[in-house]
Amino acid sequence: MATVAHLDFEKAITEVEQQIERLQDLARERGLDVTAELRSLERKLHSLKRDVYENLAPIERVMVARHPNRPYTLDYLKLIFSDFIELHGDRLYRDDGSIVGGWARLEGESVMLIGHQKGRDMKENLSRNFGMAHPEGYRKALRLMRMAEKFGRPIITMIDTMGAYPGIGAEERGQAEAIARNLRGMATLRTPMIAVVIGEGGSGGALAIGVTDRLLMLENSVYSVISPEGCAAILWKSGAERDKAATALKLTATDLQQLGVADMVIPEPAGGAHSDWERTASALRDALIRYLDDLRALPVDELVRQRLQKYLQIGEWRGTP
Amino acid sequence: MDLWFPKKPKTKLKAADKRELPGDVWEKCPSCGDILYREKLRENWNVCPTCGYHLRLPAADYVRLLLDEGTEEEYDVEMRSVDPLGFVDLKPYPERLEAAQRNAGSGDALIAASGALDTIQIQTAIMNFAFIGGSMGSVVGEKIARAGLRSLERSEPLVIVSASGGARMMEGIFSLMQMAKTSAVLAQLDQASIPYISVLTDPTTGGVTASYAMLGDINLAEPGALIGFAGPRVIEQTIKQELPEGFQTSEFLLEHGMLDAIVDRRELKSRISALLRHILGMPGSNGRTQAAPPPDSPE
Ligand SMILES: [Zn+2]
Repeated sequence: MATVAHLDFEKAITEVEQQIERLQDLARERGLDVTAELRSLERKLHSLKRDVYENLAPIERVMVARHPNRPYTLDYLKLIFSDFIELHGDRLYRDDGSIVGGWARLEGESVMLIGHQKGRDMKENLSRNFGMAHPEGYRKALRLMRMAEKFGRPIITMIDTMGAYPGIGAEERGQAEAIARNLRGMATLRTPMIAVVIGEGGSGGALAIGVTDRLLMLENSVYSVISPEGCAAILWKSGAERDKAATALKLTATDLQQLGVADMVIPEPAGGAHSDWERTASALRDALIRYLDDLRALPVDELVRQRLQKYLQIGEWRGTP
Repeated sequence: MDLWFPKKPKTKLKAADKRELPGDVWEKCPSCGDILYREKLRENWNVCPTCGYHLRLPAADYVRLLLDEGTEEEYDVEMRSVDPLGFVDLKPYPERLEAAQRNAGSGDALIAASGALDTIQIQTAIMNFAFIGGSMGSVVGEKIARAGLRSLERSEPLVIVSASGGARMMEGIFSLMQMAKTSAVLAQLDQASIPYISVLTDPTTGGVTASYAMLGDINLAEPGALIGFAGPRVIEQTIKQELPEGFQTSEFLLEHGMLDAIVDRRELKSRISALLRHILGMPGSNGRTQAAPPPDSPE
């Protein structure tokens, strides 16, 4: 990991981490034995992280979900999958680097992996566009999904985007059409599909690779119809009220599980995914294997029927049975 | 998704004009400025007789516009939104719903009906922009899904008239998921070769455009409508530059290949009828071969 960014509510955690570093430096310079002190500080750090992370406000989860050191799709790819061969382009206009995809192996089995990809720095974001796809990104994703269907391989998608890119070229080339076509296409694909929200699930741009048999969410990921900032600007007439909007939108992984939209919340280590990539990846790997095994056991007609039923049942109303 | 943008008038009413125009009798055309007798305007389906400018038309009037008199049957009239998240912004969501139900002339943002369109039995769903910006929540999604499933069951074409600022954010993730739900039903129609005609009116943006509105076998739009994914203000804020003239209008979308045709509202019914007769292998209207409209002239 490059530079470590700190969030406001992590201040106490950062302080203890710095104490530990100073103690280690001191021990090295003077050859002192600080094992006992270190152990006590590390215990303190762990319980502090647990306390802070168990009690995050929804807007703080949003900040964690957007944390610049959080693992992205290609990081999980390295930690969980093998034999990745990236496939490029929508065959219509260009290759969109904000969505990556290709063949990969999970425990030796071939899958089609597709995910949003944010850049770590400005240079990378020139090609990744901060993980905000243009129509050609969604069209590439659908092309790869149809290939997976054709050859009978399952599809795993990783969602991590602020949203579909709102720009002139995106509108000219049919952003809405591209998203809509994906939604319709994914509904009937005859192969098992799992989506995982690994960071930000931003509205239609997230859903465009998220119509799947199962939806998993990392503990500190969020999924929402609109960003808290956008919602606050429209309904509260002030972007500053984003904390209220984040709470009202019920966008955390736990919220979505309680609302029946997410199937599973994958626990993150105390301190969040950005503090321990390996443990996060290991929990994600276990969940993917388990859910993929379940889905593979279903006859494909039944799989597609259940997917349709799942989406038909989402929503609440009164007055007509 | 920004919900509440008024239709941008090309000329502004001056204070003096407003005084001279009792709004219940006269209306000034926002485009050419002609003073129009409201009754006459309504008979012309809210299209300015002078310049052809399309003012917004209430959802109930589209039912009259599209379906043969006496054939219409409305569905899920009593279906109402609930407040699944307990959503409170400056006002609680249930208060916004009550106000909309009082003022918008429908129980939610969509009317679902069946009936004959020029004797062809169809299912139709028409959005009501006056109801919380035509926003799509659980009720809109469910009524569209049911209309689609009726189409499928009865092998009747589906016609959806869209007008929406996007998702109903007060229903949070449920509103987003209606995009998946409606698109999943349209996938069934697609596979069963049941025709679906989408009509986009002013404005159609956000989650509605990015789901059923763009998925027609044929996508038609009224002239001059605002159509897009992101709202123009969001785009301007993102790219920090002014948008080109005519951006995100029906004409812009036609030029960029997203629409099959732009159709004057007064000809919408006959055009849909003619299209369905082609698709369904039926003879032209009244058994005659209709005179074809001239091909759209390239710019
Ligand atoms: Zn006029």
